[in-house]
Amino acid sequence: MSRHRVKNVGYDDDDYYSDDGYDSPDPEEQALLQRSTAEVLQQLSAGLPSMTVTKEEAQETLYYYYYDVEKSVNYLKGKKEKEMKKQQASGTAQKTKGQTGISLLGFPAPNPPPMAHFSAADFFRDCPWLNVPSHRKADIMVEPLYPQLGLLGGAPEAAGKPSKLAQLAAARKKKEAEAAAASAAPPAPQSENKDSPVSEPRAAPLSLSERLAKAKAAKASEPSSGLAGLRRSGKPTSSASPLPIKKPSVSESDESTPAAQKEDSSPKPEAQPVASAIRAAPSIFASIIVGNPAGPTMAEPSHFDSNDVDLLKIYGQDHAEPFDFAGPSPDDVVLNAQNTAKGMKSKAAASKPGDKKAQGDLAGGMNNLSVEEKVTVKSKNLNVLDEYSKSKRKKSANFVVIGHVDAGKSTLMGRLLADQGAIDQRTLDKYRKEAEKIGKGSFALAWVLDQGSEERARGVTIDIATNKFETDNTAFTIVDAPGHRDFVPNMIAGASQADFAVLVIDSSIGKFESGLKGQTKEHALLVRSMGVQKIIVAVNKMDAVQWDKERFTEIEQQISSFLTTAGFLEKNISFIPCSGVLGDNITRRSEEANASWYTGRTLIEELETSEPYTHALDKPLRMTIGDVFRGGVQNPISISGRLDAGSLQIGDQILTMPSGEKALIRSVEVDSEPSDWAVAGQNVTLNLANIDPVHLRSGDVVCRASAPIPTITTFTAKVLAFEHLMPMLVDVHRGRLHVPARISKLVASLDKASGAALKKRPKIVSPGTVARVVVEMDQAVPLEAPTRIVLRSGGTTVAAGLLE
Amino acid sequence: MRLIKNKIEHNGSGTVTLCPEEPEDMWHAYNLIRPSDVLRASAIRRITSTQETGSTSSARVHLSLEIRVKNLDFDPKSSQLHVSGQIMNETAHTKIGQFHTLDLELNRNFTLEKEVGSNGEGVGWDSIAVEMLKDAVDEGGNRRAEAIAVVMQEGLAHICFIGQFQTIMKQKVEMSVPRKRQGGSDHDKGMNKFYRVTLETLLRQMEFNTSITSASNNESVRPVLLASPGFVAAGFQKYIQSEASTAMPGLKRLLPSVVVVHSASGYLNSLSEVLQSPAVKNMLSDTKYARETRLMDDFLDQLRKETNKATYGPREVESAVDQGAVGRGGGILIMSNRLFRSQDVAERKRWVSLVDRVRDVEGGEVRILSSDHESGRRLDGLGGIAALLTFPIIEDDLDSEEET
Repeated sequence: MSRHRVKNVGYDDDDYYSDDGYDSPDPEEQALLQRSTAEVLQQLSAGLPSMTVTKEEAQETLYYYYYDVEKSVNYLKGKKEKEMKKQQASGTAQKTKGQTGISLLGFPAPNPPPMAHFSAADFFRDCPWLNVPSHRKADIMVEPLYPQLGLLGGAPEAAGKPSKLAQLAAARKKKEAEAAAASAAPPAPQSENKDSPVSEPRAAPLSLSERLAKAKAAKASEPSSGLAGLRRSGKPTSSASPLPIKKPSVSESDESTPAAQKEDSSPKPEAQPVASAIRAAPSIFASIIVGNPAGPTMAEPSHFDSNDVDLLKIYGQDHAEPFDFAGPSPDDVVLNAQNTAKGMKSKAAASKPGDKKAQGDLAGGMNNLSVEEKVTVKSKNLNVLDEYSKSKRKKSANFVVIGHVDAGKSTLMGRLLADQGAIDQRTLDKYRKEAEKIGKGSFALAWVLDQGSEERARGVTIDIATNKFETDNTAFTIVDAPGHRDFVPNMIAGASQADFAVLVIDSSIGKFESGLKGQTKEHALLVRSMGVQKIIVAVNKMDAVQWDKERFTEIEQQISSFLTTAGFLEKNISFIPCSGVLGDNITRRSEEANASWYTGRTLIEELETSEPYTHALDKPLRMTIGDVFRGGVQNPISISGRLDAGSLQIGDQILTMPSGEKALIRSVEVDSEPSDWAVAGQNVTLNLANIDPVHLRSGDVVCRASAPIPTITTFTAKVLAFEHLMPMLVDVHRGRLHVPARISKLVASLDKASGAALKKRPKIVSPGTVARVVVEMDQAVPLEAPTRIVLRSGGTTVAAGLLE
Repeated sequence: MRLIKNKIEHNGSGTVTLCPEEPEDMWHAYNLIRPSDVLRASAIRRITSTQETGSTSSARVHLSLEIRVKNLDFDPKSSQLHVSGQIMNETAHTKIGQFHTLDLELNRNFTLEKEVGSNGEGVGWDSIAVEMLKDAVDEGGNRRAEAIAVVMQEGLAHICFIGQFQTIMKQKVEMSVPRKRQGGSDHDKGMNKFYRVTLETLLRQMEFNTSITSASNNESVRPVLLASPGFVAAGFQKYIQSEASTAMPGLKRLLPSVVVVHSASGYLNSLSEVLQSPAVKNMLSDTKYARETRLMDDFLDQLRKETNKATYGPREVESAVDQGAVGRGGGILIMSNRLFRSQDVAERKRWVSLVDRVRDVEGGEVRILSSDHESGRRLDGLGGIAALLTFPIIEDDLDSEEET
């Protein structure tokens, strides 16, 4: 029931305009149709409860069942049976309806009885604001009330004395039901027999709208339902007609409708079949023409189409519960619920700022204020420099370990750490066992620093590793640099964190010589050009040359002459013969008889002679990000690096360049120990909040918004050429920063001592000369003078110098 | 550029139908088309019509228009060529003599007609034009990328297509990979993710069909060069192998064409090193860019040796040519084709005449490098023009100082 009723509302327009071709008569089909119609009619009349069915009905049914006679007969039987039952049930109501219906036949009452249908909607129906273009109107389905529901007037029909209003409504409903049943015969089974094949695609969306309508109907308040019944009764009939009412000629439309539905039907049954089968129902059009007995058959203004009428009715206050806009809208309700849920979540996850962004996105911009709760960390407003001077710290020193690949840097440092007790014996034993398992027993010590799986598998340090140990009066931080030429960029990053350097040299025959040509030289030049003054040369693997003193002296001479030309002062160079694997002359004096000639300091003693280094504490904050990582559940975004200048403390707002994003320091770790503040020279890990990790890359610079570091795309630098310089493509390195660039201009070659220009615009700068060059980069890079930069090209360091 | 139809007569007049296929072809077209030529191409013209009531309506219509070229406007940055002139053919929407500007479009044919007038106006298809046409038309018919290079380092990968005339940087993959830290496995995880993203990007860019069924059709797979410092490229290769044996069997087709080479960094700067590596040289020997790269290396070698037998920069080279140093017996003029794209007619003429002079008068060799190649880019750094000389010349500093 409900199905076809709802179905007829406003949907059927397309039937009329789109069915050419759909129904185009096909002679064969027609013949088949005629034959099967006859058969169906015959079967029906011959059936046990003999039934009369209009030819049209039969045909229509057949059409829908694809001329399956049997099915059609079954369907029609079912339908008739139901109709008959219904008619018996509502005999009295039928009569009342009949009378009123006749009186109004054909002409809409010019002044409809005000009692029944005077409503606000009626009153305003021709007001301009209701004249909404049809395409902008929502199709709102309103569920008519059905007799079964028994809600009319609050009094059930069976209770002998229904109110006048209820009677009226019930009668009309009855009529509608019949009209619909007759006119929309095919969909009818859907209500009676839900599992019958639904041949109509239109049926599917209907069920949804039906449910909607039902929900709305359920909302309708009890008292208004009687009136609602009346209102509704008018509406569905008029809108049930697939043809808009504005059609001028009623009779014409009457003819055209069946014609459209079935063009082959021979003589128009017109009203006669309707009348004869009145028990069945009048056709839709009949009901339209006749109007509704008690009906609010309004004279439709010509500019209203049928949809307008719908609208009026829908807006009529009696259709649904009048909507109170004071309360929250359903959308608001949902949003509020979501918000509260989110709010709770974000509070619970206050320690996870990483989620914040995603949440903000989900909630949409409008909720930003309420939901996106910035993590605020209270700053203790310390005077960091005061704190620093007050703090009684051991003097600290960072040093970088450099040298050619396989010189034994990592092993030497592993030994140093092991002997200093920074690594416990158990871990060391574990490493030793694992290293032996893969046949690299001699690498066990190096594994203390080579933590990467790739590094261990290949036995080569790839990236810098930092570790720390303490002697009685100094806290050292080791930066173990890779020796392989491919990882010089990483070594540069390590060297930029160092106060002084330990150059490890493989003293074995042949290795030293190849190393000198290789990275021994390059590394030494690099650390020097990055400002390192002091260098300790550890002549390693002395055990391999039986602690040959002559070998040591030879190496000492060669290296010291090279280092002095590189710019190291004699007094800042020291040499120690040692053995990393065995540990001789590292922390303990060698007990080897052959090594007794050496009486100088051991490595650890030499390290302790290093003087404390001063850093630019009172300059604006600068820190090059060395690594961006997830510090754990507590700290989703952490960065590490060394403070180049300035100081910071928890709660500080920082700016990262070149992204220009701000972040909040949630907590600070200095040398892996929690701290409230940090100053230049310290290796720190900052746990950040309120920033997305995409804005952080290693090589970026952390500064303060009050004194931001400029980002530049071109700079002039005074460089010392290690290779030929010409306008060429280079890589610019500064700590972790590594960007492609090109030397666009050779401004002048300079005198090394005085800095005066020797030659302007040289064509080429030969190695060993100082030149002023202009470098252009593709992207903006945080650089400011005076900064030490390294230019590399094709895997070799071509120049190093100072930004001007 | 594809040559669709060639109807050049003996007397030098005739038409040529061409189909530009890549942005570079627009530049070729710019060189070919001269004022007073007749150009036919499809066009979109906005037609405004006035109704009797006075209301106007405009519509865009597709037309095939033939114009006599009056003016050329080439935008090298976006590789767009606009040719304006007067319409020569009558259509439903246009009249003869109306002006129209044709915008040549990629993959749309155009027909160029050059006429030799009876009284000498118009030069037709002279030898230079024919040579340009030969350059423009891709003879091998294979202008597609010949190799794909993935230049990478930790957390950074550049995927480039190396073609005959251009190296196109297709996509850059950038990702923050955590560094190694004490007891953390973030680094390995990060690298794995980086490899995965890079492989996905690479396969997407090279339109590689990873389905197993595609293994049957033996379309050739272009060589894929993986280049990196250290072990990143090797690690990536290993990743591809493991993917091929587990998740994506279709990748097995790709594996034989993957070559791991060394590069100094993950930036495009090191592409030259990739192209010079022995593995790549074997594979791609005798391609245009391999020759170009070799030439540039020779030149830079000479420059480093400071024999004064090599020079660069516009003025320096011009003066060398004046001195007759770029002539028979080894003189090579190396120019970037960027110079010929100069919007300034006079400047273009300057270079064209220099080329003509070296080739025809001095007897030297002229090599024009594509500025879209790595070697050309190196040359561009030197001012776009360089020369290998037959004898050392003394430079005069004063000359170059004025140049800014």
